Amino acid sequence: MSSRREFLKFTGAAAGGAVAAAAGVDAAMASTGPPLDPDRVGVLCDFTLCVGCRRCEWACSSSNELPHGDLADYDDTTPLANMRRPDATNLTVINRYPASQGQVKPFHAKVNCLHCEHPACVSACLVQALKKDPHGPVTYDAGACVGCRYCMTACPFQIPAYEYDNAFTPRVMKCSLCAERTSEAGVMPECVKMCPQEAMVYGRRDQLLDLAHERIATHPGRYLDHVYGARECGGTSWLYLADRDFTELDLPDMPDVSPAELTESLQHGIFKGFSGPIMLFGLIAVIMKSAGLRPDDRLEDDDE
Amino acid sequence: MNEQAKVPFFTRGVMTLTVIAVAGIAVLAARFVFGIGAVTNLDDQYPWGIWIGIDVASGVALAAGGFTTAFIAHILHRERFHSIVRPALLTAMLGYTFVALGVFIDLGRYYNIWHVLMPWYWQGNSALFEVGVCVLMYLTVLYIEFLPIVVERFKGRVNWRGGMARFNGATEKVLNVLDATLNRVMSFFIIAGVVLSCAHQSSLGTLMVIAPSKLHPLWHTSVLPLQFLLSAFAVGLAMVIFESYLASRSLKHPFDLDVLAPLGRMIPFLLTLYFAAKLIDMVSRGTYTYLAEPSLQSISWLVEVVVGVVVPAFILMTHRLRRNQTWLFSAAAMIVGGVALNRINVFVIGYKPLYAEQPYVPAWSEVLVTAGFIAILVLLYRFFVLNLPVLDHEGDAHHA
Repeated sequence: MSSRREFLKFTGAAAGGAVAAAAGVDAAMASTGPPLDPDRVGVLCDFTLCVGCRRCEWACSSSNELPHGDLADYDDTTPLANMRRPDATNLTVINRYPASQGQVKPFHAKVNCLHCEHPACVSACLVQALKKDPHGPVTYDAGACVGCRYCMTACPFQIPAYEYDNAFTPRVMKCSLCAERTSEAGVMPECVKMCPQEAMVYGRRDQLLDLAHERIATHPGRYLDHVYGARECGGTSWLYLADRDFTELDLPDMPDVSPAELTESLQHGIFKGFSGPIMLFGLIAVIMKSAGLRPDDRLEDDDE
Repeated sequence: MNEQAKVPFFTRGVMTLTVIAVAGIAVLAARFVFGIGAVTNLDDQYPWGIWIGIDVASGVALAAGGFTTAFIAHILHRERFHSIVRPALLTAMLGYTFVALGVFIDLGRYYNIWHVLMPWYWQGNSALFEVGVCVLMYLTVLYIEFLPIVVERFKGRVNWRGGMARFNGATEKVLNVLDATLNRVMSFFIIAGVVLSCAHQSSLGTLMVIAPSKLHPLWHTSVLPLQFLLSAFAVGLAMVIFESYLASRSLKHPFDLDVLAPLGRMIPFLLTLYFAAKLIDMVSRGTYTYLAEPSLQSISWLVEVVVGVVVPAFILMTHRLRRNQTWLFSAAAMIVGGVALNRINVFVIGYKPLYAEQPYVPAWSEVLVTAGFIAILVLLYRFFVLNLPVLDHEGDAHHA
């Protein structure tokens, strides 16, 4: 009998602890971040203006203290012969595609983190090393990171890269939208600042969307009527204009919702308020206390 | 105990395992000095390889015997099955220890792992957070559940030698206190173990739900967590039969068909639930069309389901085959292989990143680490069953 009383006491105390922990986890679930600012920033990148000069690549690497040569080295366009992806030392790359119809010069597209409005990487990160700044950028804190690389699995655009050859302090590497610098008013991301073609416009995302649609309306022959990033994966801070289907530029056809919503609805359904686990605990405790001992002959029907 | 004491620890098999274990540890040393990139074939397209797919995901599934047998024996009070609880508990304890180690070596910044326990870092939307916290808590529960076995072995027999001899009295006292306390609180930990297991077995499936454009449609579904949980139920019991057979062979210990055949009889029911969850999902999403195209993925799916689920379910449903220890073992081995393959499919084979130029194939050094971990696990299992009352224990009525 004393064993049962002890059991109830202990279970009661533990249940109290679970409720306290539940409050903590509930708070943590809300920690995807505060709601986004209405005046959050983004970049409109008009691929029809890009000439593939790779100056943005140099600007990015030099400002992020990554290996980079002289600006003149980037005049070399031979790397454009191959499809490239951003990696641990190049956070943005330019890729070359066949010319538009009736054009001679090849077409180009810039690849970097799109800074999702509802980022899967942020939702995946178990220690809040990745965060969505309400002002737009998706930022990374190497000091918090455990290096599990779930963000890389989660990213629908396959952007984050990893410093696999760094044995002690490897980082997840991706564009930060120059968040360290652009917090100061009037400062633009380095790639935007560097572009001689003014192919990129940095500003309020809502205004950039208007600008994009305005360009499509003004030059219907120049653009496909699609602003990539307006809705893809729940919307992205980077918005793109092109003359062709974006899948031809290796930007995947994506649904309107972030993949993060799939896992978040599952997680919230099961763990919100710890109600699922607590109910399961109670149910099992009831079974344990009520299920009587079964004599062997009653359960053993295997020999029949 | 006494009978097993006659079995020597070192045999030819043990020597082979030791060599593999040492080789694995050597590669591991290289990983910590030169980085993950030096010993694995992981890249920006494939951030997870066999250390996650086998060591962690399959490891968690195959260690499910701990909570499933605890549920049957201690919560449903099926006395007959008490004798399998301790071997299953030992497997779970060792299995989860190596799951935690597997995660640890795969983390680029392993020294930050404590962040997972600090509320100010918590990120409750992350399925991985849920898995991490539950696995750490369950590992603690498993160690607590295992303590009575250690206490039973040494209580009244504490015999430190030499300079340690003066601690004999104190150690004995600690063991007595533990013995008295553990009995009273064990019910709580047994239930907690079941709840934590259900939570993280399913959340392990939630992990890949976040990658709909990368995980092959044969596996990507929102009911992946349910499928993971149901397959864990089935493979937990199959694993008990599987290892009981191997242990009986290796340790010249009787294979208790009167317990294990009835246990095997429960499995087809669990496999049917799992199969239904897979089939209904497949039909509702129309993904059977992918089976018509021959690919590594479609073949791997068929092997996983036909060899790992359907065939063993039929074997175990047949009374004559179930009562034959070779058939019983074969069916259990198929289920163990099938569920392990399912986890490997979800995390490795079915993972198709958008811009990969060639598929991920593990490096030999990666394989050695995984093989080394398994070898150490088997050696530890052998050491524990030879030195602690695990296999010959007829069960206790503490929790009845």
